[in-house]
Amino acid sequence: MDLSSIDPILLIAALIVAATPILLAAIGELVVEKAGVLNLGVEGMMITGAICGFAVAVETQNPALGFIGAALGGAALSLIFGFLTQYLLSNQVATGLALTLFGLGISALIGQAYIGVKPPITADLDIPLLSDVPVIGPILFQHNLMVYLSLGIVAGVWYLLKYTRVGLVLRAVGENHDAAHALGYKVVRIRMLAIAFGGACAGLGGAYLSLIRVPQWTEGMTAGAGWIALAIVVFASWKPWRVLLGAYLFGGITVLQLNLQAAGLKIPVEYLSMSPYLITILVLVIMSADRSRAALNAPAALGRPFHASS
Amino acid sequence: MIRLEKRPEPSQAWTYVTPLLAVLATMIAGGMLFAILGKDPFVAIRTIFWDPLFNEQFAAFSRPQLLVKAGPLILIAIGLSLGFRAGIWNIGAEGQYIIGALCGAGVALAFYPLEAVFIFPLMILAGALGGWAWAMIPGLLKTQFNTNEILVSLLLVYVAEQLMASMALGLLRNPDGGGFPGSRNLGDYPAASNEELIAGTGMHWGVVAAFIAVIFAYILLNRHRMGYNIRLAGQAPRAARFAGVNATRLVLFCLGLSGALAGLAGLFEVAGPAGQITIDFNVGYGFTAIIVAFLGRLHPVGILFAGLLMALTYIGGELAQFMLGLPAAAIQAFQGMLLFFLLAGDVLTNYRIRIGRAEVA
Repeated sequence: MDLSSIDPILLIAALIVAATPILLAAIGELVVEKAGVLNLGVEGMMITGAICGFAVAVETQNPALGFIGAALGGAALSLIFGFLTQYLLSNQVATGLALTLFGLGISALIGQAYIGVKPPITADLDIPLLSDVPVIGPILFQHNLMVYLSLGIVAGVWYLLKYTRVGLVLRAVGENHDAAHALGYKVVRIRMLAIAFGGACAGLGGAYLSLIRVPQWTEGMTAGAGWIALAIVVFASWKPWRVLLGAYLFGGITVLQLNLQAAGLKIPVEYLSMSPYLITILVLVIMSADRSRAALNAPAALGRPFHASS
Repeated sequence: MIRLEKRPEPSQAWTYVTPLLAVLATMIAGGMLFAILGKDPFVAIRTIFWDPLFNEQFAAFSRPQLLVKAGPLILIAIGLSLGFRAGIWNIGAEGQYIIGALCGAGVALAFYPLEAVFIFPLMILAGALGGWAWAMIPGLLKTQFNTNEILVSLLLVYVAEQLMASMALGLLRNPDGGGFPGSRNLGDYPAASNEELIAGTGMHWGVVAAFIAVIFAYILLNRHRMGYNIRLAGQAPRAARFAGVNATRLVLFCLGLSGALAGLAGLFEVAGPAGQITIDFNVGYGFTAIIVAFLGRLHPVGILFAGLLMALTYIGGELAQFMLGLPAAAIQAFQGMLLFFLLAGDVLTNYRIRIGRAEVA
């Protein structure tokens, strides 16, 4: 094994790239869960976003339009979930699963024509001076716009939830929908908006995979990233900055095991490949073991259906 | 204005009607999807639902496939339905299915080429135990550390897939296979082979096990205290707590049983229709079984019919792929749609639809 072949600077830069899809999906799901809705369809929305973004980007030869298409595709799919759970009051767990199964199918269907196609390249930003700073430059200032956008979304969500009236209403709906309803807030409408936001973010995350990280289209390419995003929301105790931490931690593990594979570590590749999933489970266990803390942070109305009887 | 009024009790009639409505709605929406893909919707629907059973040319081949495909679906869905009733969500049946197959095939290959009657029963035991043990991971984490069983069971699917890949390339690889990945074919090893019991029907031991599971689940739910506890915990969790239902036991029972049944399904598949462990041995039965469980209303007899119907869409899908060039993924989307319509239809079971303004009480 040759550990010296692993360059720590490139490793950290690659970590950020690996973490961004999950970060985007997780921050979207955080908003959904803060509104009291558990959408388990993240995987389905991500992969739908991946193919919608890919298809639009290839047809228009414009990655930016691709990302917009991905957000719209993810949001459209999430609205199916929203309609079923909010208006027809279906079981959220089952509907989320249905969304994932449907998303995997529909994405494979759309994606048939795009197997083996190369997407247009998303250019990295090249910020004069900053990009050339040794060590920090390659790590922080040589990424594409989506990386910075994802950080911007995290900051925006944090600010919105903590300091604005909109955030307060959103949290109220998620903590006690009956009280929020009694105060005159439109519980269902607010939740629909949150669900659409979550879908758009998951779509962006998926497109980041198909347009930048990989970049090509293969069936089932998200490979559980949506589920890991769900786990990271729990890990983060529903706090935006911790989502960032969780996603980057996870990105680090993914990149490290890939580097160890390349460096020829004496562990079969399959065992290295399963490590991100195992570590996610481990982290989930650690976070949920402390019952009092886990219960304090979860939105009180999470997963409960709302039906205004009057 | 349309509004919903909660029924005092779920409507019995709608419980039975909604699955049929959902199938009908899926056929219509699916037909539209096929039309968008440039296929004649009527021909496509007929190819999927009618030709596998009644077309003279294909029926002889595809009728036995119905049981071959329905067997694992029913077996897994029966296990899942018990947990779903109690609000315990095992969605990693695909992983338990893989581990069951690995354990069963492992036992068989350990004895190869010995011919003995005890090998197949031992494989069945190993398959069930493997699936059970894999499902116990989310089970124990749930009861000991309050970890979400949905996420853990699902993430373990990916771990199981990697484990299977490593086995197909390493420990279980066929030494006479010329270096190709994949184990020995159990079909060539009579003591371990799960052969058709009645020629031309597709009936193998896995299908028998599925029928037995249906009967046992029916008895469990209607005649046994554990079944009563499962239903109680699902319908009124608080009441169940006060009635002294042991939540820990319930979680371990439901997850363990569904894991064991999924493991069995995997074992019967690897010893029979699939024949060997390969990198892409699993074909998504564990996920489709979730749809089967809901389509069958989480009721054993319903699951029996739902499993047969879902198997039909698999076979019909393959036929449509072959005859009409309909993409394989279209069937996957079709199955997902079915679950959407079913869940949407449930609103009629639990609510009355009222049209007009609400009067002030």
